[in-house]
Amino acid sequence: MAEFFDQIFVNLKHWLLGFVPAQPDWLQPLATVVISVAAILGVFASLFAIATVIERKGLGRIQNRPGPNRVGIPFTDISLFGFGQPIADGIKALIKEDLVPRAADKVVHFLAPLAMFVPLALTLLVLPMGRNMTAMDIDAGLLFFFAVGAGAELAVFMAGWSSRNKYSLFGAMRAIAQMISYEIPFILSTVSVIMIAGTLSPVKIVEAQQTYNGWLPDWFVFTPWGLAAFLLFITAATAESNRSPFDLPEGESEIIAGYFIEYSGFKFAIFFMAEYFGMFAAGGMAATLFLGGYAAPVEWLNWIPSWAWFFAKTMGFIFFLIWIRGTVPRLRQDQLMNFAWKFMLPMALMTILAAASWHFIPDAFTRWLVSSTLVVAPYLLLGRGLLAGRQIGKRAYRYAD
Amino acid sequence: MLGEAIIKGMAVTAKNFLGSYVSEERLPTIEYPEQRQPLKEAVRNFPFLVYDGDDWHKGMRCVACQICEKECPPKCIYIVKSKDKKPDYMGKAQFYPATFDIDVSVCMSCQICVEVCPFEAIKMDNEFELSTSDRFGGLLLDKQKLAKSNGYYRHIHPTEAGEVDARLAAEKVKAEAKAKADAEAKAKAAAAAAAAPKPVSTPATPAAPPAAPNG
Amino acid sequence: MTISFLIIAALILAASVAAMTLRNLVHCALALAVAFAGLAAAYLQLNAQFVGFAQILVYVGAVAILIVFAVLLTRGGEAPERNVFSGDWKWGALVAALVFGTLAWAVKHSFASDRPLPTKAEVTVKQIGDALMTKYVLPLEVIGLLLTAAMIGAVIIAMKEEKK
Repeated sequence: MAEFFDQIFVNLKHWLLGFVPAQPDWLQPLATVVISVAAILGVFASLFAIATVIERKGLGRIQNRPGPNRVGIPFTDISLFGFGQPIADGIKALIKEDLVPRAADKVVHFLAPLAMFVPLALTLLVLPMGRNMTAMDIDAGLLFFFAVGAGAELAVFMAGWSSRNKYSLFGAMRAIAQMISYEIPFILSTVSVIMIAGTLSPVKIVEAQQTYNGWLPDWFVFTPWGLAAFLLFITAATAESNRSPFDLPEGESEIIAGYFIEYSGFKFAIFFMAEYFGMFAAGGMAATLFLGGYAAPVEWLNWIPSWAWFFAKTMGFIFFLIWIRGTVPRLRQDQLMNFAWKFMLPMALMTILAAASWHFIPDAFTRWLVSSTLVVAPYLLLGRGLLAGRQIGKRAYRYAD
Repeated sequence: MLGEAIIKGMAVTAKNFLGSYVSEERLPTIEYPEQRQPLKEAVRNFPFLVYDGDDWHKGMRCVACQICEKECPPKCIYIVKSKDKKPDYMGKAQFYPATFDIDVSVCMSCQICVEVCPFEAIKMDNEFELSTSDRFGGLLLDKQKLAKSNGYYRHIHPTEAGEVDARLAAEKVKAEAKAKADAEAKAKAAAAAAAAPKPVSTPATPAAPPAAPNG
Repeated sequence: MTISFLIIAALILAASVAAMTLRNLVHCALALAVAFAGLAAAYLQLNAQFVGFAQILVYVGAVAILIVFAVLLTRGGEAPERNVFSGDWKWGALVAALVFGTLAWAVKHSFASDRPLPTKAEVTVKQIGDALMTKYVLPLEVIGLLLTAAMIGAVIIAMKEEKK
């Protein structure tokens, strides 16, 4: 029974493929691809809609106010407690006037939202969303993920430059600087996982975390190097998606919307959707690499389908991002860059060393000790050392008399 | 420890988030229009005409003295005095306003009309949900729209209404006592005139003056 | 000469020609990025997954951005004042045709074109890693050293000067 629900989408796809004639050779693989891509786009687009409402309601509750709670199903009296808000937002985005500045570069201005959306949607193809539920199971899947994600940076530049607006270009430059700086800890923090699992394929990495060791599952996050790498990965993922506290490029109170300034209506909605898809992809990858992908945390919960666990972990990551957004103030550009190059890069290199020591030391207690020291000591040293020279004490208020 | 400030901050926000579902102090939002904030007593918006009793036409206190029309700074009150008189709450026949219009798009809620009214006939209402889609006629309130009962006045401004009612009742008592004393004196004079013998016409003897009316 | 190869080749050629002839330098840089992506598609068509994805990651993700930054930080953002084709382009075309003819003749008559075409090898990333760490470790270390030197040079150029 649990098996039936676990494989329900796989069986659905096979049933649908039964309707495709087998005659032209290329028809069956094409139909497979079309069904997978349509399913992924459909699921993640609706998740995007729900995520926007959850973000607004979550941020509202953190700030002592209810979020949107009125919009129900239009033309009826059915109340959805605010979850019909995406319908209203979607209609608004579609009917808004699409302004293109007169001096803007029309072709590049038009292509920039597409160039941002397509790479970030492509990254969703390699995530193992359940048992046997990966759209594209290739050998170098993790490399594909990072490579295609890097294509989004060029789109940011295209958006900023084509608007022929000083502030837009400024925002785009800062955004690109931030994205390429944080790409290095992003990729390096996964190198320790690749090393221990011995493969670049996310499917095999998840399969390496399926066993249970006593009361803890064998997820990589429950090792010292894994925990450090996980924290680095989610910090870098937050920075890559331009989310608070790293959202200076789209800082709403500083440079209005940075590289988004000249985009209105549906193009803005596409940028927004691309950003959320990036967050989903990063969350899915974090779940795959560190949190055991589609595995349940305890053995006896395996009756819940694997895809439910995957989406629960991804939405948990989204919730964590919303929580952090409501808590931490924005980082300044130079603080942001210092953090990436001076703190996160050395920490990522040390996690590789810690992972190697974990792999080669056979004795359980010693390897925990050595690995933890190799992670905690640089953390403390770097943290204290980088603050040197700056007096960060309790804030002194002076009042005018 | 490094990074503990972020953890502490996240704990605070988590407390806010979870507390907003259970305790009211963490979600002080009043969701208008399902919930309304109770207004304080002295809140005022636009004037209304007070009437006693059940019939808004017969019980209206306004006697069309037009003092409020003259004192209104933006001149938003328009009164047309009636030709005939009707009895007021004390029984005395008074004029009444045939037309009493207030243009609330002009009214600036200064309360001067209330302060100068000698008859406690016009008071300040606190209703603010007056939006209408008719820009000119919808905001011109006529006599019927302005008439609200004394019970309503007591409901929205209890202390003020209590004072006004006490004053009016005291005046009524005084007037009644005066009327009674007047009637008694008149009766006494009539009785004295009837009881005294009819004098032969002596122009030099005036009748005794009646006793001065005393309360 | 499958149809997918023809399509990819046409894309790369069109993007390269656009990169040379467009008026606006930033458009040229973006067309070059499209040419890089086309090259990656060509690698992927030959089943070289690692090289294809590394091409996207390095070229489209970093080199294209570098070129764009360089164009912006110099005065290349303005439209060129003269024609993109120089005055005596006919002589240049003649020289290019001669060079092309010589190279084509040399390749066609060389020994390499007589060998049979190798079968497509299924190279996994693991094999590439093994080869890099055992057979080609010296080039790897030299490249690492070169990149370090480049980074140090960049930091020195961009560093704030100390006031003496």
